[in-house]
Amino acid sequence: MTWTLGDTYVVIIGAMSASACALLGNYLVLRKMSLMGDAISHAVLPGLVAAFLITNSRGVGAMFVGAVIVGLITAVFTQAISKFGRVEEGAAMGVVFTILFAGGLIMIRQQADHVDLDPQCVLFGNIETFYSDALIGTIPQAGVNLAVVLLLDALFVMLLYKQLKITTFDPGLATSVGIRADIMHYALMIMVALTAVASFEAVGSILVIAMLIVPAVAAHLLTDRLPVMILLSVTIACIAALAARVYNVYAPGVFGSGIQADTSAVMAVATGILLVGAIILAPERGLLSQALQRIRLALRIVQEDILGLLYRQSESRRTGSPTSEAEALLGNAVRGLVARWAVYRLRARRLVKVDHTGSGQVALALTDKGEARAARLVRSHRLWESYLAQHSDLPLDHLHMPAERVEHYISPEMVDRIREDLPEVDLDPHGREIPPPDAES
Amino acid sequence: MSTTGTKTSGDTNTVTDAAGSLSTHHDPRAPVSIHDMTVAYHRKPVLWDIDYAATEGRLVGIVGPNGAGKSTLIKASLDLIPKASGSVRIYGKPYKKQRKLVGYVPQRESIDWDFPASAVDVVTMGLYGRMSWWLPPRKHHKEQALHALEQVGMADLAHRQISKLSGGQQQRVFLARALVQDASIYFMDEPFAGVDAATESAIVALLNELKARGKTVLVVHHDLQTVREYFDDVLLLNMRVVACGPTKDVFTHENLQKTYGGKLTLLVEAAEAIARSVRGGP
Repeated sequence: MTWTLGDTYVVIIGAMSASACALLGNYLVLRKMSLMGDAISHAVLPGLVAAFLITNSRGVGAMFVGAVIVGLITAVFTQAISKFGRVEEGAAMGVVFTILFAGGLIMIRQQADHVDLDPQCVLFGNIETFYSDALIGTIPQAGVNLAVVLLLDALFVMLLYKQLKITTFDPGLATSVGIRADIMHYALMIMVALTAVASFEAVGSILVIAMLIVPAVAAHLLTDRLPVMILLSVTIACIAALAARVYNVYAPGVFGSGIQADTSAVMAVATGILLVGAIILAPERGLLSQALQRIRLALRIVQEDILGLLYRQSESRRTGSPTSEAEALLGNAVRGLVARWAVYRLRARRLVKVDHTGSGQVALALTDKGEARAARLVRSHRLWESYLAQHSDLPLDHLHMPAERVEHYISPEMVDRIREDLPEVDLDPHGREIPPPDAES
Repeated sequence: MSTTGTKTSGDTNTVTDAAGSLSTHHDPRAPVSIHDMTVAYHRKPVLWDIDYAATEGRLVGIVGPNGAGKSTLIKASLDLIPKASGSVRIYGKPYKKQRKLVGYVPQRESIDWDFPASAVDVVTMGLYGRMSWWLPPRKHHKEQALHALEQVGMADLAHRQISKLSGGQQQRVFLARALVQDASIYFMDEPFAGVDAATESAIVALLNELKARGKTVLVVHHDLQTVREYFDDVLLLNMRVVACGPTKDVFTHENLQKTYGGKLTLLVEAAEAIARSVRGGP
């Protein structure tokens, strides 16, 4: 199969409706009102049907008026039901939009003879028809509607950027600086209703819901700046539209024609895949970067543990005290793969050196730099034990493990503060010397 | 709850609740004056007949047990929740006309700190009321915000995302935002809740700075130990005003007993009775 003008048309239509939804979706997601997008995009159906029945045509103006009225009704009823019915807003929304949507479907069935609306089209849209429109050389009315609505959404988000931002972040503050949070709320609802109607014919209500929420959620994972988040969400929406059509045009050639699917459905799946990608790859909040962070931390802890053990080893040799059991573990520990790597790193950082003993065996030893570093760790450890012993009634054998954990996280300032708290203590609760503060820079 | 209807007796001093005469209850010099305010949630009164007038240039602690209606008092004064009856005046005029004179620091938990914004973004929001409706913040707005952050010791964290700040640092961002609002009256809802010692002293320094500039600050406060130290005046609250006035006169053992001790079971029972009968329950 080859790419035709019609395919370009479909991508443009898809990208326009997806972008329009994504723009507003940012604020729905940040306001924790994702379900409201769902509700309104369903609830506008009876408005559309009523407008159709009253004007007896598919006039654009009447459709929009009907949709906006029902969109507002949804928002108002939701508030009223959650207030008077004493249920949480999500439940109230669920009640309102399912009833309105069902009402719309009944109206279509009842008036099937008069209404030129197809429930199937409402759900899944009819994006493929734009394909033939393009080939005939006409510009479809639905495309024009979408372009106008996209422009309105863009103006809404740009011109009222401050108002949307402040009423989303802190409605109380907004009201106190004279920006009415309730008015912005209803303005957003009206724009969502408009966008849902304009997108219906092209991509259907299912995709509207997906595009209102998914690109914004993915974008939120990827950045912590609002303008960047808005741009990213639109980019993701456009990529999904393009990817869906590319898939539908070229995939059948590779995998056979059975693989082809409705373009708007593929678009929804594509945003889903992009979201999964964001969940895994996002900087800081992504699964991958968190896993890396944990691995880095684990490796640091192994290195520090080896330093601590070597310090204790040389200490017990110096003082002639019996070898502790932890120390005996060192021999085992350095055989593991992780420990080998840790030793390699420690040598590269010139904290540890390898001593060759006469009998051909090798032994690890601390360098001067390593000695200072290790002393600091052991100092943290023993001070923490002393601190716990002083301030809690833990038995002696309960002190080592918490200190073993804490020694890796405790900052020099905290060590100093413990020292101030325990000025007289020179030995830890087990009677071992607390290393003095070092001169390591 | 309120004196509805007109008294028909010959008493010429009778004041009715007719809207026109309301202002006679309010002292126009008082930064905040509350007259006979009752607030209800789901028709259940949580504040009864509050009468209060703040004195200009004072730090006022609003003190009372949990559920006493301290935050409610602030929110109702700022029209964030509806009043069942009564009225509030800011320098003698309704709040609607005096918004710019009033700064509000909400409770820290009331905000979603995951919002994609930096500390300086949040502080800049305090200036939105004074910017052009359509244009983005100008350079001098940003500078003002940065200056305010500097004043609360947050200059080096100005561009950090707000969820990556500690609780105390978040509170300081809110205070910096209140500063740039440059209001005459500040309402602060538990600014000391859950902050570290450094932030606590930063807040105290800021309160005194505001006072030195002649501002009136009303602070919901939980820590009874520090009330004497921090506040000039105190408003003891437990569903009604127990006592108010200079801290040294009002913050007495006896008044605290009245506020925290002996439960006002009758008030609570009456509130529940009202809620029940309005709902049409048993």
